[in-house]
Amino acid sequence: MKNNTLKQSAFKAIKGLWKAFPMILGTILLISLISTLIPKSFYTKVFSKNIILDSFVGSLVGSISAGNPVTSYIFGGEMLTQGVSLLAVTAFLVAWVTVGLIQLPAESAILGKRFALLRNFSAFIFAIIVAIITVLILGVL
Amino acid sequence: MNIKNKLKQISSAGYFLISILIVYFFLFLFKQNLFFSSINFFYNIILKIIPVFILVFVLMTLTNFFITPKFVIKHLKEKGIKKWFFVIVGGILSSGPIYMWYPLLADLKNKGLNYGLIACFLYNRGIKIPLIPLMIIYFSWKYIIILTIVIILVSIIQGILLNKLMEVKNENRSCV
Repeated sequence: MKNNTLKQSAFKAIKGLWKAFPMILGTILLISLISTLIPKSFYTKVFSKNIILDSFVGSLVGSISAGNPVTSYIFGGEMLTQGVSLLAVTAFLVAWVTVGLIQLPAESAILGKRFALLRNFSAFIFAIIVAIITVLILGVL
Repeated sequence: MNIKNKLKQISSAGYFLISILIVYFFLFLFKQNLFFSSINFFYNIILKIIPVFILVFVLMTLTNFFITPKFVIKHLKEKGIKKWFFVIVGGILSSGPIYMWYPLLADLKNKGLNYGLIACFLYNRGIKIPLIPLMIIYFSWKYIIILTIVIILVSIIQGILLNKLMEVKNENRSCV
Protein backbone atom coordinates (compact mmCIF):
# COMPACT_ATOMS: atom_id res chain seq x y z
CA MET A 1 0.00 0.00 0.00
CA LYS A 2 1.47 3.32 -1.06
CA ASN A 3 1.90 5.91 1.70
CA ASN A 4 -0.10 9.14 1.45
CA THR A 5 1.76 12.36 0.74
CA LEU A 6 0.63 15.50 2.54
CA LYS A 7 -0.77 16.85 -0.74
CA GLN A 8 -2.80 13.67 -1.30
CA SER A 9 -4.03 13.82 2.30
CA ALA A 10 -5.14 17.45 1.88
CA PHE A 11 -6.87 16.55 -1.38
CA LYS A 12 -8.67 13.67 0.34
CA ALA A 13 -9.79 16.03 3.13
CA ILE A 14 -11.08 18.58 0.59
CA LYS A 15 -12.84 15.79 -1.31
CA GLY A 16 -14.48 14.58 1.91
CA LEU A 17 -15.67 18.05 2.88
CA TRP A 18 -16.79 18.84 -0.68
CA LYS A 19 -18.82 15.61 -0.80
CA ALA A 20 -20.52 16.59 2.46
CA PHE A 21 -21.05 20.20 1.28
CA PRO A 22 -24.55 19.84 -0.32
CA MET A 23 -25.82 17.98 2.75
CA ILE A 24 -24.29 20.53 5.17
CA LEU A 25 -25.66 23.49 3.20
CA GLY A 26 -29.09 21.85 2.79
CA THR A 27 -29.22 21.00 6.49
CA ILE A 28 -28.30 24.53 7.58
CA LEU A 29 -30.94 25.97 5.24
CA LEU A 30 -33.52 23.51 6.62
CA ILE A 31 -32.58 24.25 10.24
CA SER A 32 -32.87 27.98 9.52
CA LEU A 33 -36.34 27.50 8.08
CA ILE A 34 -37.52 25.18 10.88
CA SER A 35 -36.11 27.46 13.58
CA THR A 36 -37.92 30.45 12.08
CA LEU A 37 -41.19 28.55 11.60
CA ILE A 38 -41.40 26.58 14.84
CA PRO A 39 -41.33 28.41 18.18
CA LYS A 40 -38.96 27.21 20.92
CA SER A 41 -41.94 26.34 23.12
CA PHE A 42 -42.83 23.52 20.70
CA TYR A 43 -39.58 21.64 21.44
CA THR A 44 -39.89 22.09 25.16
CA LYS A 45 -43.37 20.53 24.91
CA VAL A 46 -42.24 17.58 22.72
CA PHE A 47 -39.12 16.89 24.76
CA SER A 48 -40.75 16.73 28.13
CA LYS A 49 -37.50 15.95 30.02
CA ASN A 50 -38.55 12.30 30.25
CA ILE A 51 -35.19 10.46 30.39
CA ILE A 52 -36.21 7.35 28.45
CA LEU A 53 -38.59 8.96 25.95
CA ASP A 54 -36.27 11.88 25.05
CA SER A 55 -33.27 9.63 24.49
CA PHE A 56 -35.39 7.07 22.60
CA VAL A 57 -36.68 9.74 20.19
CA GLY A 58 -33.13 11.13 19.77
CA SER A 59 -31.69 7.67 19.07
CA LEU A 60 -34.50 6.87 16.63
CA VAL A 61 -34.01 10.07 14.62
CA GLY A 62 -30.20 9.59 14.65
CA SER A 63 -30.53 5.99 13.47
CA ILE A 64 -32.63 6.78 10.43
CA SER A 65 -30.49 9.80 9.51
CA ALA A 66 -27.37 9.39 7.43
CA GLY A 67 -24.46 11.45 6.21
CA ASN A 68 -21.29 13.12 7.38
CA PRO A 69 -21.08 13.58 11.18
CA VAL A 70 -20.38 17.29 10.51
CA THR A 71 -24.07 17.61 9.64
CA SER A 72 -25.16 15.86 12.83
CA TYR A 73 -23.11 18.21 15.04
CA ILE A 74 -24.56 21.31 13.37
CA PHE A 75 -28.10 19.90 13.45
CA GLY A 76 -27.80 18.61 17.04
CA GLY A 77 -26.15 21.81 18.26
CA GLU A 78 -28.76 24.06 16.68
CA MET A 79 -31.59 21.90 18.04
CA LEU A 80 -30.05 22.26 21.49
CA THR A 81 -30.17 26.05 21.19
CA GLN A 82 -33.83 25.71 20.14
CA GLY A 83 -34.76 23.95 23.39
CA VAL A 84 -34.36 20.25 22.55
CA SER A 85 -33.05 18.40 25.62
CA LEU A 86 -29.36 17.46 25.86
CA LEU A 87 -30.44 13.84 26.37
CA ALA A 88 -32.23 13.71 23.03
CA VAL A 89 -29.39 15.54 21.24
CA THR A 90 -26.74 13.21 22.73
CA ALA A 91 -28.68 10.07 21.77
CA PHE A 92 -29.16 11.57 18.30
CA LEU A 93 -25.42 12.32 17.86
CA VAL A 94 -24.32 8.87 19.08
CA ALA A 95 -26.91 6.97 17.01
CA TRP A 96 -25.98 9.00 13.90
CA VAL A 97 -22.36 7.78 14.02
CA THR A 98 -22.85 4.27 15.42
CA VAL A 99 -26.05 2.99 13.76
CA GLY A 100 -25.83 2.54 10.01
CA LEU A 101 -29.20 1.62 8.54
CA ILE A 102 -28.16 2.84 5.09
CA GLN A 103 -24.99 0.72 5.19
CA LEU A 104 -26.81 -2.29 6.67
CA PRO A 105 -27.02 -4.23 3.36
CA ALA A 106 -23.28 -3.77 2.73
CA GLU A 107 -22.38 -4.63 6.33
CA SER A 108 -24.62 -7.75 6.16
CA ALA A 109 -23.09 -8.91 2.91
CA ILE A 110 -19.49 -8.46 4.04
CA LEU A 111 -19.54 -9.14 7.80
CA GLY A 112 -22.63 -11.37 8.07
CA LYS A 113 -26.36 -10.69 8.45
CA ARG A 114 -26.64 -11.74 12.11
CA PHE A 115 -23.61 -9.66 13.12
CA ALA A 116 -24.84 -6.58 11.23
CA LEU A 117 -28.35 -6.79 12.72
CA LEU A 118 -27.12 -7.42 16.27
CA ARG A 119 -24.50 -4.68 16.05
CA ASN A 120 -26.90 -2.05 14.73
CA PHE A 121 -29.71 -2.96 17.12
CA SER A 122 -27.38 -2.94 20.14
CA ALA A 123 -25.86 0.35 18.91
CA PHE A 124 -29.38 1.84 18.87
CA ILE A 125 -30.00 0.74 22.49
CA PHE A 126 -26.50 1.81 23.57
CA ALA A 127 -27.06 5.30 22.10
CA ILE A 128 -29.88 5.69 24.65
CA ILE A 129 -27.67 4.35 27.45
CA VAL A 130 -24.69 6.56 26.46
CA ALA A 131 -26.96 9.64 26.42
CA ILE A 132 -28.41 8.89 29.86
CA ILE A 133 -25.01 8.17 31.46
CA THR A 134 -23.35 11.22 29.86
CA VAL A 135 -26.08 13.64 30.92
CA LEU A 136 -26.25 12.15 34.44
CA ILE A 137 -22.47 12.46 34.93
CA LEU A 138 -22.55 15.99 33.50
CA GLY A 139 -25.28 16.87 35.99
CA VAL A 140 -23.30 15.45 38.91
CA LEU A 141 -19.97 17.12 38.01
CA MET B 1 -30.09 11.53 -22.95
CA ASN B 2 -27.44 13.97 -21.74
CA ILE B 3 -29.81 15.48 -19.20
CA LYS B 4 -30.69 11.96 -18.00
CA ASN B 5 -27.02 11.16 -17.47
CA LYS B 6 -26.42 14.43 -15.67
CA LEU B 7 -29.42 13.79 -13.38
CA LYS B 8 -28.01 10.34 -12.58
CA GLN B 9 -24.74 11.97 -11.49
CA ILE B 10 -26.50 14.08 -8.84
CA SER B 11 -26.23 12.44 -5.43
CA SER B 12 -29.11 12.10 -2.99
CA ALA B 13 -27.49 14.94 -0.99
CA GLY B 14 -27.58 17.04 -4.17
CA TYR B 15 -31.30 16.36 -4.61
CA PHE B 16 -31.83 17.25 -0.94
CA LEU B 17 -30.12 20.62 -1.43
CA ILE B 18 -32.03 21.31 -4.67
CA SER B 19 -35.39 20.59 -3.00
CA ILE B 20 -34.57 22.91 -0.09
CA LEU B 21 -33.51 25.64 -2.55
CA ILE B 22 -36.83 25.22 -4.39
CA VAL B 23 -38.69 25.69 -1.08
CA TYR B 24 -36.66 28.86 -0.47
CA PHE B 25 -37.45 30.08 -3.99
CA PHE B 26 -41.19 29.77 -3.33
CA LEU B 27 -40.78 31.42 0.05
CA PHE B 28 -39.08 34.35 -1.67
CA LEU B 29 -42.03 34.63 -4.07
CA PHE B 30 -44.87 34.22 -1.58
CA LYS B 31 -43.60 34.65 2.01
CA GLN B 32 -40.80 37.17 1.92
CA ASN B 33 -40.82 37.79 5.68
CA LEU B 34 -40.19 34.13 6.39
CA PHE B 35 -37.59 33.97 3.61
CA PHE B 36 -35.52 36.87 4.98
CA SER B 37 -35.81 35.67 8.60
CA SER B 38 -34.57 32.22 7.56
CA ILE B 39 -31.74 33.68 5.46
CA ASN B 40 -30.69 35.81 8.42
CA PHE B 41 -30.64 32.72 10.67
CA PHE B 42 -28.67 30.84 7.97
CA TYR B 43 -26.14 33.68 7.68
CA ASN B 44 -25.52 33.64 11.45
CA ILE B 45 -24.86 29.88 11.48
CA ILE B 46 -22.50 30.15 8.49
CA LEU B 47 -20.55 32.97 10.19
CA LYS B 48 -20.23 30.78 13.28
CA ILE B 49 -18.96 27.64 11.55
CA ILE B 50 -16.78 28.84 8.63
CA PRO B 51 -13.62 29.57 10.71
CA VAL B 52 -13.97 26.16 12.39
CA PHE B 53 -14.03 24.39 9.03
CA ILE B 54 -10.49 25.60 8.35
CA LEU B 55 -9.34 23.84 11.54
CA VAL B 56 -11.41 20.75 10.68
CA PHE B 57 -9.70 20.67 7.26
CA VAL B 58 -6.21 20.82 8.84
CA LEU B 59 -7.04 18.05 11.32
CA MET B 60 -8.60 15.89 8.58
CA THR B 61 -5.46 16.33 6.44
CA LEU B 62 -3.21 15.29 9.34
CA THR B 63 -5.41 12.27 10.13
CA ASN B 64 -5.37 11.20 6.47
CA PHE B 65 -1.60 11.65 6.37
CA PHE B 66 -0.67 9.71 9.51
CA ILE B 67 -3.51 7.20 9.91
CA THR B 68 -3.68 4.93 6.90
CA PRO B 69 -5.56 1.56 6.75
CA LYS B 70 -2.10 -0.08 6.69
CA PHE B 71 -1.21 1.63 10.00
CA VAL B 72 -4.48 0.53 11.63
CA ILE B 73 -4.25 -3.09 10.37
CA LYS B 74 -0.67 -3.36 11.64
CA HIS B 75 -1.74 -2.50 15.19
CA LEU B 76 -4.96 -4.55 15.17
CA LYS B 77 -2.78 -7.64 15.07
CA GLU B 78 -1.71 -7.16 18.71
CA LYS B 79 -2.66 -9.83 21.27
CA GLY B 80 -4.71 -9.93 24.54
CA ILE B 81 -5.76 -6.72 26.29
CA LYS B 82 -3.42 -4.79 24.01
CA LYS B 83 -5.64 -5.85 21.10
CA TRP B 84 -8.68 -4.13 22.67
CA PHE B 85 -6.61 -1.01 23.25
CA PHE B 86 -5.46 -0.85 19.64
CA VAL B 87 -8.96 -1.64 18.35
CA ILE B 88 -10.30 1.36 20.31
CA VAL B 89 -7.48 3.67 19.16
CA GLY B 90 -7.79 2.34 15.59
CA GLY B 91 -11.53 3.00 15.56
CA ILE B 92 -11.09 6.54 16.88
CA LEU B 93 -8.31 7.39 14.42
CA SER B 94 -9.77 5.68 11.35
CA SER B 95 -11.17 8.07 8.78
CA GLY B 96 -13.24 7.86 5.60
CA PRO B 97 -16.63 6.24 5.04
CA ILE B 98 -17.50 3.25 7.23
CA TYR B 99 -18.14 0.90 4.27
CA MET B 100 -14.53 1.36 3.17
CA TRP B 101 -13.48 -0.55 6.32
CA TYR B 102 -15.86 -3.53 5.93
CA PRO B 103 -13.66 -5.53 3.51
CA LEU B 104 -10.55 -4.90 5.66
CA LEU B 105 -12.40 -5.97 8.83
CA ALA B 106 -13.77 -9.06 7.06
CA ASP B 107 -10.22 -9.93 6.04
CA LEU B 108 -8.99 -9.44 9.62
CA LYS B 109 -11.90 -11.58 10.89
CA ASN B 110 -10.58 -14.42 8.75
CA LYS B 111 -7.17 -13.85 10.33
CA GLY B 112 -8.50 -14.11 13.90
CA LEU B 113 -10.13 -10.77 14.82
CA ASN B 114 -13.35 -11.72 16.63
CA TYR B 115 -16.79 -10.14 16.15
CA GLY B 116 -16.55 -8.28 19.47
CA LEU B 117 -13.38 -6.49 18.42
CA ILE B 118 -14.92 -5.59 15.05
CA ALA B 119 -18.00 -4.15 16.82
CA CYS B 120 -15.72 -2.26 19.23
CA PHE B 121 -13.72 -0.81 16.30
CA LEU B 122 -16.90 0.31 14.50
CA TYR B 123 -18.40 1.85 17.65
CA ASN B 124 -15.28 3.91 18.32
CA ARG B 125 -15.55 5.39 14.85
CA GLY B 126 -18.25 7.51 16.52
CA ILE B 127 -15.47 9.56 18.10
CA LYS B 128 -14.29 12.09 15.53
CA ILE B 129 -11.18 13.95 16.68
CA PRO B 130 -10.94 16.26 13.60
CA LEU B 131 -14.52 17.42 14.27
CA ILE B 132 -13.93 18.40 17.91
CA PRO B 133 -13.48 22.12 16.99
CA LEU B 134 -16.98 22.05 15.49
CA MET B 135 -18.42 20.32 18.58
CA ILE B 136 -16.84 22.98 20.81
CA ILE B 137 -19.07 25.63 19.20
CA TYR B 138 -22.18 23.93 20.53
CA PHE B 139 -21.04 21.78 23.48
CA SER B 140 -18.66 22.26 26.39
CA TRP B 141 -15.24 20.60 26.79
CA LYS B 142 -16.58 18.78 29.85
CA TYR B 143 -19.43 17.31 27.78
CA ILE B 144 -17.09 16.20 24.97
CA ILE B 145 -14.65 14.50 27.38
CA ILE B 146 -17.43 12.69 29.30
CA LEU B 147 -19.16 11.61 26.07
CA THR B 148 -15.87 10.29 24.64
CA ILE B 149 -15.08 8.25 27.78
CA VAL B 150 -18.63 6.84 27.95
CA ILE B 151 -18.52 5.88 24.24
CA ILE B 152 -15.19 4.06 24.75
CA LEU B 153 -16.51 2.13 27.79
CA VAL B 154 -19.77 1.24 26.06
CA SER B 155 -17.84 0.10 22.95
CA ILE B 156 -16.07 -2.51 25.12
CA ILE B 157 -19.40 -3.65 26.61
CA GLN B 158 -20.89 -3.90 23.12
CA GLY B 159 -17.85 -5.88 21.96
CA ILE B 160 -18.15 -8.39 24.82
CA LEU B 161 -21.92 -8.65 24.29
CA LEU B 162 -21.54 -9.22 20.54
CA ASN B 163 -18.90 -11.90 21.19
CA LYS B 164 -21.30 -13.74 23.52
CA LEU B 165 -24.25 -13.43 21.13
CA MET B 166 -22.22 -14.62 18.12
CA GLU B 167 -20.82 -17.51 20.19
CA VAL B 168 -24.38 -18.66 21.00
CA LYS B 169 -25.10 -18.79 17.28
CA ASN B 170 -21.94 -20.81 16.57
CA GLU B 171 -22.68 -23.24 19.44
CA ASN B 172 -26.22 -23.77 18.14
CA ARG B 173 -24.84 -24.48 14.69
CA SER B 174 -22.33 -27.03 16.00
CA CYS B 175 -25.14 -28.77 17.97
CA VAL B 176 -27.15 -29.20 14.77
